[in-house]
Amino acid sequence: MTSEESRRLIEKRPNLERRALIFQLTRAFFVERWFLEVDTPLRVSSIAPEQHILPFESEDWFLSTSPELHMKRLLAAGYDRLFQISHCFRKGERGQQHTPEFTMLEWYRTGADYEQMIHDTEELVVTIAEKLGLGSTIQFQNQKISLAQPWPRIPVRDAFLRAAGWDPISDPNPLSFDTDLVNKVIPSFDSTRPTVLKAYPAPMASLARLSPTDPRVGQRAEVFIGGLELANAYSELRNAEEQSRRFQEEMKQIQRAGRRAVMPQRFLEAVAHLPECGGIALGMDRLVMLFCDIESIDEVIPFTVDTA
Amino acid sequence: MDIEDVHKNSKLLIDGIPYNVDDVDFMKPGKGRAIYRLRLRSLRDNTVLDRTFHSGDTVEEVYITTHEEQYLYREGEQYVFMNTETFDQRFVSEQLLGDKKQFLKEGTVVTVTMMADEMIDITLPTFVELAVVRTEITTKTATITPQNKAAVLETGYTIGVPIFIKEGDVIKVDTRTGNYVERVSTRR
Repeated sequence: MTSEESRRLIEKRPNLERRALIFQLTRAFFVERWFLEVDTPLRVSSIAPEQHILPFESEDWFLSTSPELHMKRLLAAGYDRLFQISHCFRKGERGQQHTPEFTMLEWYRTGADYEQMIHDTEELVVTIAEKLGLGSTIQFQNQKISLAQPWPRIPVRDAFLRAAGWDPISDPNPLSFDTDLVNKVIPSFDSTRPTVLKAYPAPMASLARLSPTDPRVGQRAEVFIGGLELANAYSELRNAEEQSRRFQEEMKQIQRAGRRAVMPQRFLEAVAHLPECGGIALGMDRLVMLFCDIESIDEVIPFTVDTA
Repeated sequence: MDIEDVHKNSKLLIDGIPYNVDDVDFMKPGKGRAIYRLRLRSLRDNTVLDRTFHSGDTVEEVYITTHEEQYLYREGEQYVFMNTETFDQRFVSEQLLGDKKQFLKEGTVVTVTMMADEMIDITLPTFVELAVVRTEITTKTATITPQNKAAVLETGYTIGVPIFIKEGDVIKVDTRTGNYVERVSTRR
């Protein structure tokens, strides 16, 4: 071990200690609420085909990009409250807030929709802040952020009309959507509060069901705190035909880009048996960044992709 | 090259202009396309450009080479340099040298950056030694003594120097800041 490595690792100790505490508090939060912790495989035969998420391949299999499909297979079999903290792998994702191997918290509830999942998230974040002794206001990157509930909810349409001057619901344009979201919409959020962006355009609904009153809108919501995209919630899609159609569309795009895609058949068989449920994925590394007041994901994991 | 492979200090050709990538900011909405915000600095004139790219975009890489050349002499508005390995000579315009000409003395060896056959940059040694050709004499009778005075160097560059510097002294100059560093030798 070089002195450079030992210095780097020791400097991270306060962050790693707080990280461990946040993980313990998270587990306690869900166990108290009668969620069952599960441990689904990291090396899988198929993943959800998503054109903008690049998997690592492992022989003919993939490294998991998210535990979502396996957790929903458990729900379809009759489990009602599940949570999991697992490593996920996404090729090419590298930046201040991204690293190709990261840690995701996912939880699912039957009889719930995305609003309930956002409410759970508020409870989780507020509980952790209190137990860390931070109270209801945290300091992140020279900004005081009040975590008081409820967090402001903004429909995607309103946020885009205000910050980017166009309506992505009536005129969905995925390319401008991603660029304007990052360059205009997220920077326009009130920096003193968490923000929940909800009601996404149908083409960006992913695995969320569409609104029964407006099929142009997907029941998907995202939580942002301090500019960090923290969590992504769905009222889960239970229509197997529609899910299959969306996957086929994604697979077409993936194959057009010259990459291999495998239809997740076992998952599709399970979708038909899914109870009404909501689910959410939350980036644990980013949650730690938030509570450690750290700007770079590399500072909250011991070994980065450059030093592993 | 794919935008995914661009990193800090990559050299790219964009709209016909060679740029150094000063910074790459990777952003990605969870389910969306990766977005790369590049801070680009022109290798020709150092102007800065911010440009956003998406995953799937490709960019043209510039191949840069460097070698050493010695400044020989000036001919009108042209400066003549010689490759220290091949002894090939080239003319460099006063305009391309910009402020750097203020530190160029005959015989100085510089690092030349090339893009194919085009010279796009000259890097001076960090320190150069230049003679003072003109500066006012400070008298001891002055009641208020200034800390610094102006001096003109052999290249025509005007610099602030301590009051003890005399015409004919050789001083060391930091080419990054253009500031006086120390006196190297003095006329007897």
